[in-house]
Amino acid sequence: MTAEPLLEVRDLKVSFRTDDGIVRAVGGVSLTLSEGETLGIVGESGSGKSVTMMSVMRLINDPNASFEGEVLYKGRDLMKLSQDQIRGIRGAGIAMIFQDPMTSLNPVYRVGWQIEEQVREHEKISKQAAHARAIELLTAVGIPQAGDRVNDYPHQFSGGMRQRVMIAMALSCSPDILIADEPTTALDVTIQAQILGLIRKLKDEFGTAVVLITHDLGVVADLADRIAVMYAGRIIEQGTRRDIFYDPQHPYTWGLLGSIARLDRPKPRRLAAIPGLPPSLLHLPEGCAFGARCGHRFALCDQRPDLLDKVGGGHLDACHLDIGQKRELRETTIHPELIEEAT
Amino acid sequence: MTAGSAASPDSAAALGPVAGTGSVAAPDPAAGAAGPPSGNGEVLLRAEHIKKYFPVRKGILLQREIARVHAVDDVSFELRAGETLGLVGESGCGKSTLARCIARLFPLSGGSIVFEGRDISRLSRRQLRPVRRDLQMVFQDPYASLNPRKRVGAVIADPLRIHRWGSRDQIKRRVGELLELVGLSPEHVNRYPHEFSGGQRQRIGVARALALHPRLVIADEPVSALDVSIRAQVINLLDDLQDELNLTYIFIAHDLGVVRHVSDRIAVMYLGKIVEISPAEDLYKRPIHPYTEALLSAVPIPDPDLSEQRTQIVLEGDVPSPISPPTGCRFHTRCRYATQICTDQEPPLVAHGNDGHMAACHHPLNADRAATADPRP
Repeated sequence: MTAEPLLEVRDLKVSFRTDDGIVRAVGGVSLTLSEGETLGIVGESGSGKSVTMMSVMRLINDPNASFEGEVLYKGRDLMKLSQDQIRGIRGAGIAMIFQDPMTSLNPVYRVGWQIEEQVREHEKISKQAAHARAIELLTAVGIPQAGDRVNDYPHQFSGGMRQRVMIAMALSCSPDILIADEPTTALDVTIQAQILGLIRKLKDEFGTAVVLITHDLGVVADLADRIAVMYAGRIIEQGTRRDIFYDPQHPYTWGLLGSIARLDRPKPRRLAAIPGLPPSLLHLPEGCAFGARCGHRFALCDQRPDLLDKVGGGHLDACHLDIGQKRELRETTIHPELIEEAT
Repeated sequence: MTAGSAASPDSAAALGPVAGTGSVAAPDPAAGAAGPPSGNGEVLLRAEHIKKYFPVRKGILLQREIARVHAVDDVSFELRAGETLGLVGESGCGKSTLARCIARLFPLSGGSIVFEGRDISRLSRRQLRPVRRDLQMVFQDPYASLNPRKRVGAVIADPLRIHRWGSRDQIKRRVGELLELVGLSPEHVNRYPHEFSGGQRQRIGVARALALHPRLVIADEPVSALDVSIRAQVINLLDDLQDELNLTYIFIAHDLGVVRHVSDRIAVMYLGKIVEISPAEDLYKRPIHPYTEALLSAVPIPDPDLSEQRTQIVLEGDVPSPISPPTGCRFHTRCRYATQICTDQEPPLVAHGNDGHMAACHHPLNADRAATADPRP
C-alpha cells in the first residue's frame, strides 16, 4: 500500500432539507482508496452508500442538500472545486457507472456518439480518432462486431450489453477510479457473472481502482480487497474481505450474512432475518442506530459507538460489545439452527 | 420488460378463436406431466402442454401479424397440494408468462390447465371467478401492485367484497386478522400504500392474496425488489404461512439461493421450455442440464475462499430471441457441450433417476451418478 491514498473521504456529512425535517443521509463517513485497490461498500437502500459516492463526484445538485467534510483526490479537495473544475475530473479522473443502464444512456443518440462526446470533451482529438477509440473500447468490453454496433441506439442493446457500453464509456478517458453503483443489480445472474468478470479483467489490466457499491455480499466476496458496511448513513464495520466474511464484528454484518439463502451451505430451516426496519433518517436515535433491531443490545448501546479498531490490523467496527462476547454470540446469530440443534 | 406484459391486452383478440364456450373438458390422462412430484397430497394442478404466443404486428390500419414471440412453448408439470414448486430462469425465459397463464390472466394459445380436477383453461371471465378464490397471485413490484389511492384496508378488503364474502363487519374483522397474520398492525388499516416500506407493502400484497383462503398462491418474484435483510423476513413469513394454512406455492425467482430455500421441487426454464425439473436438493447436488450447471455456477458465493476456488462457467452472450428460437435444443447456441445433434433435434424431457428428476438434454451431465445410486443420503 502506498502512503498517500488516491482518494480520501474525511468525515463526509450529507443532509437534505425536506418538509418533514432534515434527512441525514450520510452522517460522517471516512474512507480511503489506494491505487489499484477495490473497495466494496455494502448496505441496504437508504444506508447512504450511493449518496456518499454521488457526493464524491459532486453529482448532487439539490439546492436543499448541504455537505460537510473533505474529499481529497490527488491532494485536491473536490468539495471546494468549481463546476468547471469538477467537470475536468469527472470521467477523466473518476468515472461512475450506475445501476440502470437504460436510464443512464441517452436514448436518442447512437452509443458511439455518446462515447465520442466524452472522449472529445477531455482530449483534443479528431472525430475520426474518437470514433476509432469508441470501437476499440466497445471491443475491449466484449461487444461483438463493435464496428457495426457502434452505430446502434441504446434500445438495440440488451441489459447486459448496455452495462458494457456504460463501462466502455466510463473507461474512455482511462480514469484512476471507477465507481460502480450497483452495476449488476438489474441483471440476471448469468449476465451478472459476465459483468463482474469484465470489471475484474479491467482492474487487472488497467490497474483502475474500483469502488463497488452493492447490497449483495456475494458480489463483493471475490472482487473487493476491502469492504465497508454501511447502516443508516454511517460505516459500522470496515476491514479486509477476509475480516468481514470470516471475522465479522458488528451484529448488523452478522444479520446480513445470516439472511442470505446460500448455495454453499446446507439449507437452514429458517433464514436468520434481521427483525424490524432501518430507522428513519429524519429521526435517528441518539445511540447505536442498529440498537432497535439488535438482539444483543445492552445499556451502553444508548450511546453512539465510535468506529474503532478493536480487533487490530485496521479492522474497524462500531459496536459496544466486548470482543470475547462477540465470538460466542456471532455463530448463533448467523446460524440460528446451531442453537436449535444444541437444545 | 417481458413481451408478455406489453402485448397482453390486445393479444387475446389476435389469437383467434379461443374456445370460450366454457365446456369443462375432461383432463387428458395421456398428456405427459413432468415427473411424479414429491408432495404427498392430491394433484392440485396439472399443466399440460401450455403454450403462449404473443403476436408481433406491423402496420397501422391493417395490423398484420408478422411474427410470434414464443413466450411459453409446450410446458407440462404437476403440482401436489402442500408443495412448493420453484420456477427459475433468466429474464425473458417465460416464467412470469407461465405463471400468468396458470392464473388465467391471459388466454392460452394451447394446452390445458386442470385445477382441482377441473379444466380452467377455457373458462370465461365469469366462470373463472369462483376459481380465483382458490388461486391467487403475489406480484413482484410492491410499488406497482397496490393502488396508491386506496387505503390498505380497502386494498385487502377488495377480494372479499368482490366475492361477496360477508357483511361489512365481518370483512372489517377479517382485514384486521389478515394484517396481523402477515405481521402488520391492524391499526395500519387506514394508511395509504406510500406510507409503507417495500417489505411492508409486499406483506400487504400477501395479505390480499390470502384474503379468500386460497389453496394455490403464485408468487412472481415476491422478494426480488426487497433488500437482503427484509427479503429474509418475507421468505420466512411465506414459509410460516404455508405451514399454518396448508398452502401450495408456485414460487418464481431468478435468485437460485432463494428458490432452493423455499422449494420442494424446482423447474428450470429456458426460452419458454422447462429444461430440467427436479426435487430441490437434487438439482443443486446433481444438475443434469448444462444450463442448470451454468446458472448454479453464476450465483455469487458470499465466502471469499470458496469463491476463489470454484471455476465459474460464464455463459457467453445473451438469451436468443424468443421470436425465432434456435432449432433443436434451444440452449445449443450458448452450450459448451453442444454437438451437431443439438442443432438438429430437440431433446425430450426424460427421467434421470427415479425420484422425478427430469431433464431435456442430449449430453446430460452427472447422468452416470443417476444410474448407479440414489444420490440422496
